[in-house]
Amino acid sequence: MITKRIIPCLDVKNGRVVKGMNFEGLSDVASPVELAQYYSSCGADELVFYDITASAEGRALFTDILTETARRVFIPLTVGGGINTVEDFDRVLKCGADKVSVNSGAIRNPDLIDQAAKRYGDQCVVISADVKRQDGGFRVYAKGGREDTGMEAISWIRACVDRGAGEVVLNSIDTDGVKGGFDLEMLEAVSNAVSVPVIASGGAGRIEDFLTLFQTLPKVDAGLAASIFHFGEVKIADLKAAMAAAGIPTRL
Amino acid sequence: MIAIIDYGVGNLFSLQSSFAAIGEEAAVTSDEAVIAAADRLILPGVGAFEDAARKLRDSGMADVIKREVADGKPLMGICLGMQLLFDKSYEYGAHDGLGLIRGNVRPIADVIDKGLKIPHIGWNRLIVKRQSPLFKYLRDGDCVYFVHSYYAADCDEAVTATAEYSAELTASVERDHVYGCQFHPEKSGDVGLRILKAFCEIS
Repeated sequence: MITKRIIPCLDVKNGRVVKGMNFEGLSDVASPVELAQYYSSCGADELVFYDITASAEGRALFTDILTETARRVFIPLTVGGGINTVEDFDRVLKCGADKVSVNSGAIRNPDLIDQAAKRYGDQCVVISADVKRQDGGFRVYAKGGREDTGMEAISWIRACVDRGAGEVVLNSIDTDGVKGGFDLEMLEAVSNAVSVPVIASGGAGRIEDFLTLFQTLPKVDAGLAASIFHFGEVKIADLKAAMAAAGIPTRL
Repeated sequence: MIAIIDYGVGNLFSLQSSFAAIGEEAAVTSDEAVIAAADRLILPGVGAFEDAARKLRDSGMADVIKREVADGKPLMGICLGMQLLFDKSYEYGAHDGLGLIRGNVRPIADVIDKGLKIPHIGWNRLIVKRQSPLFKYLRDGDCVYFVHSYYAADCDEAVTATAEYSAELTASVERDHVYGCQFHPEKSGDVGLRILKAFCEIS
């Protein structure tokens, strides 16, 4: 039986890991390579590296860090941030990434998903969506949650999967940084709409939030979080032991 | 030295790094002399079977591999590289593999419950069916990382481990000194590194 995945997300800027509350107020945490090794040794099932650098120098630094991580860490590695072209896929895959996550780049140019899926396979393409409740529905936001695209979220995510996205990261802007639990309502709507793995993001504050997620929504495949892991509020080894004790399929 | 056979399929950076992590020298190569000098061979692979099988033939690597295996050199196929060891694949048509292990590659959709996600992706527990030198360091309950939509069928006598996904899917195979892993040892953390280490210790 496939186990439920726990995925720490590392936002990387200028070679350092950062994480903010509701995407703002970023603060330095640690070295990405060391943190990645630490998480892997604690039982993280996968890692997400998110490049939030804007400059060319920062981008080169990011690919160096990625290469160094892939040299030392032997669990699946997903890379996102600044992925706008098939060449961007190529750049990070060559550095050892296994999957590439697209967000604003796919909103600007949805064909990117088709092209990348055709070249690298569906399993390689992850659609990451920042979603917020608005006017009684779910709305897709772009640019790290700052820009309303006006698109309805469920149909957008379904369209991305039809184009070849092999996995969905659903980040609820409403619960992100609040630490009151994952957005179960939003996650249920998305996992009922697609047949590919769905990764829950945004809102986890404690171990119980992950247990509730997997017990309430068996269709959700993974839970992703950042600051609670970086600041040690939730220890991955404790989390996975609690999942196993609760009867959730877990890799120990 | 380990030769990781390069025939233009997939990214071999992680695989090479994983051997470095266990202190083994590994060369990514299509050079016949290097392959001939290697102690053991790795056949990697991601993507579509037909394309990979063609590249393997066109590059001449198919013949080189068969010759080295006939000379007794240990070979391990990984993921699509494992599937290529078999007689035939039914991925979009029917395509010949290397025929080093008897069996065929079929869609997992044929055997798993409807409604389960395809590909079979993520960490799954190995169910050992038969002892193998690859499992020298394996512990009960160890999980490995899978990403695949096709599986090795009609090969019961070669199966050494399976993984449960409503049906038992072939996880690893063995015939004489030819080994195959459907999962990715280079992405399976310490468990994967221990499997690679065990492969490196096969004499």
